[in-house]
Amino acid sequence: MPDHPAPPETRFSRRALIRLGAGTVLIAATPLPAFATPDDVKAAQQELFGSRVIRDGRVTLKLPAIAENGYSVPFSVEIDSPMTEDDHVRQIAIFSPRNPIASVARFQLGPRAGRAAVATRIRLGGTQAVQAVAEMNDGSLWSGSAQTVVTLAACVVLW
Amino acid sequence: MTSIRLSVPQTARKDEIIELKALIQHPMESGYRRGSRGEQIPRNIITRFECLYDGELVFSADFHPAIAADPFLKFYTRAVRSGTLEFRWTDQHGETWSDTASLSVT
Repeated sequence: MPDHPAPPETRFSRRALIRLGAGTVLIAATPLPAFATPDDVKAAQQELFGSRVIRDGRVTLKLPAIAENGYSVPFSVEIDSPMTEDDHVRQIAIFSPRNPIASVARFQLGPRAGRAAVATRIRLGGTQAVQAVAEMNDGSLWSGSAQTVVTLAACVVLW
Repeated sequence: MTSIRLSVPQTARKDEIIELKALIQHPMESGYRRGSRGEQIPRNIITRFECLYDGELVFSADFHPAIAADPFLKFYTRAVRSGTLEFRWTDQHGETWSDTASLSVT
């Protein structure tokens, strides 16, 4: 009886095959995990500061609300600190949760800086919240972050 | 020829906090780009910046590929005495560039 419709289980298995095929295409189209994740930021912070507690506050980041060119985004960070011999910032580390590498830069300063503020230009691989952690001379750690929308992303990884 | 641009005040009052700006011409090639023939362009970045005030390190920075081309930095230092400010960059291969500016403190 060749003109009979295929038995239900055969049709099901054909559908399943199609689903499997579509799934494979989706997997192939998904880019490799080339970008850092919040976990990578955590790992980079642990590498620098161990498992010490990082508190929120005292760190102010400035980024444009919209970064039209991810290849060069003006960025600044300032820490609320009197910058005296007894109370100053030792270092500031910058992290990105969406660049290929979570670490962006690290600045070392001391009481001679007078003011704990640094500005530079950074690359951003996408819309994200950039994070900064400051280490004080007493060993305490403080953090802050700033969100920016990136319209043209830098470091588009093509493999 | 690598060009360096510095912005350092010529004079300052004693203990005044002065703003310093330094820029060096450098591609800061991230290692994530491909050339016209699809070949990977190798990473070539400046990894270290140092500012010395009369030979004493007052500010330094470690760079990763996320620092934009022609790395620019703005930071501060307290004018403690007349002297020389030296700005020094080192790339991943150990090549260094530097420039100096003199500051007169009144």
